[in-house]
Amino acid sequence: MNYHWDWGVFFKPTGIGSEIYLDWFMTGLGWTIALALTSWIIALFIGTIIGVARTLPNKIIANLAAGYVALFRNVPLLIQLFIWYFMVPDYLPESLELWFKQDINPATSAFISTVICLGLFTAARVAEQIRTGIEALPQGQINAGLALGLRLPQLYKDVLLPQAFRIIIPPITSEFLNVFKNSSVASLIGLMELLAQTKQTAEFTANLFEAFTLATLIYFVLNMSLMLLMRKLEKRVQVPGLIALGGK
Amino acid sequence: MISIEHINKWYGDFQVLTDCTADISKGEVVVVCGPSGSGKSTLIKCVNALEPFQEGRIIVDGISVGDPQTDLPLLRSRIGMVFQNFELFPHLSITENLMLAQQRVLGRSADEARDTGLKLLDRVGLKAQAAKFPGQLSGGQQQRVAIARALAMNPIAMLFDEPTSALDPEMVNEVLDVMTELAQEGMTMMCVTHEMGFARRVANRVIFMDKGHIEEDCSAVEFFGSPRGERAQHFLSKILHN
Repeated sequence: MNYHWDWGVFFKPTGIGSEIYLDWFMTGLGWTIALALTSWIIALFIGTIIGVARTLPNKIIANLAAGYVALFRNVPLLIQLFIWYFMVPDYLPESLELWFKQDINPATSAFISTVICLGLFTAARVAEQIRTGIEALPQGQINAGLALGLRLPQLYKDVLLPQAFRIIIPPITSEFLNVFKNSSVASLIGLMELLAQTKQTAEFTANLFEAFTLATLIYFVLNMSLMLLMRKLEKRVQVPGLIALGGK
Repeated sequence: MISIEHINKWYGDFQVLTDCTADISKGEVVVVCGPSGSGKSTLIKCVNALEPFQEGRIIVDGISVGDPQTDLPLLRSRIGMVFQNFELFPHLSITENLMLAQQRVLGRSADEARDTGLKLLDRVGLKAQAAKFPGQLSGGQQQRVAIARALAMNPIAMLFDEPTSALDPEMVNEVLDVMTELAQEGMTMMCVTHEMGFARRVANRVIFMDKGHIEEDCSAVEFFGSPRGERAQHFLSKILHN
């Protein structure tokens, strides 16, 4: 192959203001992190509620939660994004619709759509992890909590969830990393996150390989550091004298 | 104190409890025994509604357990329960295990809950383990903590569901000693157990169950002297031989 690699390209001016191409990547990285973290907070919050709901004795609530999971897990993420970005705004109350389409800038509206989409999509996956974590606990733990007089919300908050969260840190770590990777769908509705900036750099400079190599590196380093961070968290919340919870 | 009246319970088509009736008065120690699968654990779990039942009534301190109007958490908080597998909360330290329900259910302050908990921990001889986690204690120690945790709620009665069955033999006595002491102090106790030595020494009454029926309900002296039914005789001969 006869490709002339030019790593200096990232320090060349873009011709827009005084920016160099590397600045585009940094802006993109900023959007990617903002998207992923905001979506993750939504996913954790809603995912926990749905996951808990799936384990409740009330069958109606449990089935509704199961319906949520089925709906959001079985439709491709991209289709969900298009629905949230192109379709849902048309059905909003008129003042909200105008605000979304005209008042805020396009980046903000793309950001809002992606964060809602990715948050709710990931929540379904988080919910399944939470549910498995709770179901892995021995029935005796539930009995012990109830026998002491704890009410259902207290039982979940003080007994079941703290244990379930510890059990699911490894699988939930991969969901956390997935949010960062999945946030690249935002590039398809025009949000200039990391992938979009990469494509733009490739088009402007014709240095396609360099651009995508750098993007790969950034995603890799970002996710590696998050993984290490989660391992640290896992160690920190480890319970002394207990190798694996829920085994008994 | 605890009155069990004509309880019938089914799992699907299978009847686990058939017309079970028994009374436990204040200060009485009743041992429930019988072969495995005889329904004794199920019966004791009906008393604090961990298991629902379809027919009959259970009255604890004047309150009907099966009544939908009954505030079950409140009722349960007044009945202590000790489980076969201890069921301490593994993510909480021993002290936190003792404090949790006192604070959440009885609304005690952290200081008060800690004081009460540590006093009881001292009583079961484990004060030195207060800062440890359940996983760092032996089975016998965990079970003693579990008893202290139940006592911290100032229960009007205690239910024991095979409290020594999951223990190594050398740890059985440390748990039985605590239970014996408790009985001597006048605690109302219902104990599902295979420890016939404990039953003989401590129990006022023995209930023998088989296939979901209460076959015998008599004083301990009577039961060990000459059980009336053939099944109880058979059961005793098997378990006392070991």
